[in-house]
Amino acid sequence: MSSQPITSSGSFASPDTPRRDLLDECVHCGFCLPSCPTFVLYGEEMDSPRGRIYLMRAALDGAPINEEMVTHFDRCLGCMSCETACPSGVHYGELIEATRAQVERSYRRPLSTRLQRWIVFSLFPYPKRLAVARRFLRLYQQSGLERLVRTTRLLSMAPKFLQTMESIAPRIGPRESIAEFLPSLTETRGTVALLVGCVQGSFFPQVNEATVRVLRSEGFDVVVPTDQGCCGALSAHVGRLDEAREFARRLIDTFEAHEVEAVIVNSAGCGSTMKEYGEMLSGDRDYADRARAFGDRTRDIAEFLAGIEPIAPRHPLEITVAYHDACHLGHAQRVKQQPRQLLSAIAGITVREISEGEICCGSAGVYNIFEGLAAAQLGDRKAGNVASTAAQLLIAANPGCTMQIASALERLGTPMPTLHTIELLDASIQGESSEDLLERLTRRDGSRTGG
Amino acid sequence: MNNLASLLERLRLIFHEGTGLLTDPAMLRTFECDGLAHHRVIPAVVVLPTTAEQVEQTISICHDLGVPFVARGNGTGLSAGALPVAEGVVISLSRFRRIIEIDAPNMRAVVEPGVINLDLTKASVGDDLYYAPDPSSQQVCSIGGNVAENSGGAHCLKYGFTTHHITGLEVVTPDGELISLGAGKCVDAPGYDLLGAFIGSEGTLGVATKITTKLLKRPELVKTLIAAFDSTTSAGAAVSAIIASGILPAAVEMMDALAIEAAENAVHCGYPEGANTVLIVELDGPEGEVLAGMERVEAFCRECGAGELRIAADDEERALIWKGRKSAFAAIGTLSPDFIVQDGVIPRTSLPQVLAEIAELSRTSGIRVANVFHAGDGNLHPLVLFDERIAGDLETANAVSGAIIDLCIKYGGSITGEHGVGADKVSYMGKMFTEADLDTMQMVRCAFDVDNLSNPGKIFPTPRLCGEVPGRHHGVHPLVLSGEAELF
Ligand SMILES: Cc1cc2nc3c(=O)[nH]c(=O)nc-3n(C[C@H](O)[C@H](O)[C@H](O)COP(=O)(O)OP(=O)(O)OC[C@H]3O[C@@H](n4cnc5c(N)ncnc54)[C@H](O)[C@@H]3O)c2cc1C
Ligand code: SF4
Ligand code: SF4
Repeated sequence: MSSQPITSSGSFASPDTPRRDLLDECVHCGFCLPSCPTFVLYGEEMDSPRGRIYLMRAALDGAPINEEMVTHFDRCLGCMSCETACPSGVHYGELIEATRAQVERSYRRPLSTRLQRWIVFSLFPYPKRLAVARRFLRLYQQSGLERLVRTTRLLSMAPKFLQTMESIAPRIGPRESIAEFLPSLTETRGTVALLVGCVQGSFFPQVNEATVRVLRSEGFDVVVPTDQGCCGALSAHVGRLDEAREFARRLIDTFEAHEVEAVIVNSAGCGSTMKEYGEMLSGDRDYADRARAFGDRTRDIAEFLAGIEPIAPRHPLEITVAYHDACHLGHAQRVKQQPRQLLSAIAGITVREISEGEICCGSAGVYNIFEGLAAAQLGDRKAGNVASTAAQLLIAANPGCTMQIASALERLGTPMPTLHTIELLDASIQGESSEDLLERLTRRDGSRTGG
Repeated sequence: MNNLASLLERLRLIFHEGTGLLTDPAMLRTFECDGLAHHRVIPAVVVLPTTAEQVEQTISICHDLGVPFVARGNGTGLSAGALPVAEGVVISLSRFRRIIEIDAPNMRAVVEPGVINLDLTKASVGDDLYYAPDPSSQQVCSIGGNVAENSGGAHCLKYGFTTHHITGLEVVTPDGELISLGAGKCVDAPGYDLLGAFIGSEGTLGVATKITTKLLKRPELVKTLIAAFDSTTSAGAAVSAIIASGILPAAVEMMDALAIEAAENAVHCGYPEGANTVLIVELDGPEGEVLAGMERVEAFCRECGAGELRIAADDEERALIWKGRKSAFAAIGTLSPDFIVQDGVIPRTSLPQVLAEIAELSRTSGIRVANVFHAGDGNLHPLVLFDERIAGDLETANAVSGAIIDLCIKYGGSITGEHGVGADKVSYMGKMFTEADLDTMQMVRCAFDVDNLSNPGKIFPTPRLCGEVPGRHHGVHPLVLSGEAELF
């Protein structure tokens, strides 16, 4: 009959063992099921949060971490939708991160998967390597090679994950580097620091530029520490916790050199991990307190701006936008109202809600690279819901979501330009008209067809 | 064992191993319980059909081999109704979930059993329609599960239970035959009301594979009031006054201090601060009627001593009030590691006495009890809080929970209002019904399920063999003799 609780940690070994007391918080009510993207896709217990919690408990009780089990853990997007839905306050995020660390340590994946992971984790968390990749990508897009590859379907022979990476890559524009210190444009209200972000910084530098412009217009001096590395989010989300901790320590070191009231982040995935540094480094004597303090200072840009009295005048923008809640902003950081509030404060803007808004778009860090099929299905689903808002513009606050949804919309034949919340706010403060804005975006996106 | 091997061999012809057919022990374990997680049995096999044919074939195989099977919706049941049988098959319907048709002109929908209750309402919103039965678990429970449990919800007071909203069913009987019950989209079918018999049969008469439901027109206006009281007694008096006046609210719900605390913790529903008890009253219908009615409801509440009283200004505020109420069960998880959700019915007027006795039980046992209930129709949901890790706590909690049910029976009520008997309450059936009553019910079961394969061990304390003449047992029951069952 019932399984006896046992004290050993079964198939898990310390450190980073999923805590039994956290597992016990689940009362098995099932309220999280419909908000879980994989339950929506597969409709089975093991691909629901409740089922995964059960599997963790099974492993803790000694069930082997076999291929079947790993499949269901791998399919989890880490989108934290279940945490929002759970009335019992289950800390799913902490549980799955620890579980993934266990899988990483004790489960040997097939060679091809290991290779994929090695490529991804040798590239993304390293801004300098990304900068090189970025240059190649720009060349690829501008030289006409992209068009050639897409019309000839050359890539159809390549591994799936490469095809995915190729298809979601955004338009790369010229890159301007950001100075380390940028003074307020009016009387100074305070000083903040900006996290550039690996993917944001390399592929969406315009988002960082807009962030800096808005902060300066709102009366803040902005420090952009040079040589800042990766925040560790990508590593943490797949269970490479030691690597993530190392990234976290380095980032804390870099930012501590500056006296600021807040560390501003405009990439949802990074922000949610940085806010959890305290938990992540709680076992590190040298860093525990500093990590907590750093986490407490971290603010998403929308959260920060919604919390201050605006001084920069907003100009009207006659435009209808669909606002997409990035999972790591809406679910993980519970920042949902603030961006809507910022957008609605601009005269002329209509904000449309996207139905099934709580369901992940399938990007989820590097999920769309490793779990291509599920990610594509979720992307299509999201694109359909976005398209049916009939908005002129999609607003999302995470680079991963932007790439994922934009490419899905295109696949669906209903392309829609995308912007970060802060870019729209910047356009309003700069006094750009909605026609100019839309025109600029059309030019930016160019034609991405050919494939 | 041999049986299991041939079972698997035949099931593999229908389902793909690993996706539609599960045999890995860890995967099977995720199906070991429903929402009442302290009843647990790991099944031998789980299948995940997506068509009626697959259900039909599965049940035929079970019938041939004499293997028991248990249907499962989304596993939110609170009476261990979907508790598996160790050597049996779980037929999980969570993937069998298409909305086949929304027939707006006829105000009907046809759905597969795994469709989530709330999803049906979402799909009919565009036609200004909705599916009325709204269990608190509506965001996740399946319509198939609702049919099996004859589920109710906050709005039963005015709109009735699931059974009042189902007009047709397609069912696979326990011998593997696909049959239709009811009159499809029409209201009444001649002959025995087999549709009525199936609804609420808790999976013991077969598996529903297609369900035709009514859809209702959205009311012109909905108004929701929340009022704070200093005791459940004064709130109860307000309920009696409202109902005696002839107003029929869509819903009347009550929550006590502990339940409010849990809901507030979980979803920050902003209930009146410091309230000992809150009463939620919802009126719906034509605008004039609702507005006039609400004024009177407000007056009754004030007369009975209501403190803070608010009427939701918009849909958002209304949704928040309901979110607090509907999250209450699961939110108890924020106050206590384990709890039992009880479900009993009493005549509405006995509310004050029964609540006083429950409070006394709680005091003497040291076990906390939170109360949430459908006050309009006397359906209580006491939540009995305990900690399984503390030795003896579970037993005490079980005793308190049982005593609450005894109370319901003592006051002329019932042992379940809407969660069903399942495996959890079989032992109480004998307290509520005589042997002859139970035998008559079992004859219905025998007519469908001669071999006792469809969700065995549920509802009835003593399974009977169907060849017997009811009511006249000679000697020991054959199942008892064979060691397969025991007498209570
Ligand atoms: C937090 C919470 C709140 C709840 N609130 C309410 C409430 O307000 N009102 C209420 O009535 N209930 C409530 N419930 C109980 C539960 O949600 C209902 O009983 C619901 O109908 C169960 O649906 P399910 O899909 O989860 O079914 P399951 O739990 O999977 O199964 C329930 C029963 O139905 C049978 N079954 C399932 N599908 C079929 C089918 N297709 N054919 C035949 N038999 C089938 C199973 O064998 C089992 O006996 C609540 C539960 C929770 C966890
Ligand atoms: S994190 Fe997202 S994908 Fe993972 S279990 Fe929770 S809801 Fe499902
Ligand atoms: S909603 Fe929370 S408590 Fe309920 S099953 Fe999901 S994780 Fe467990």
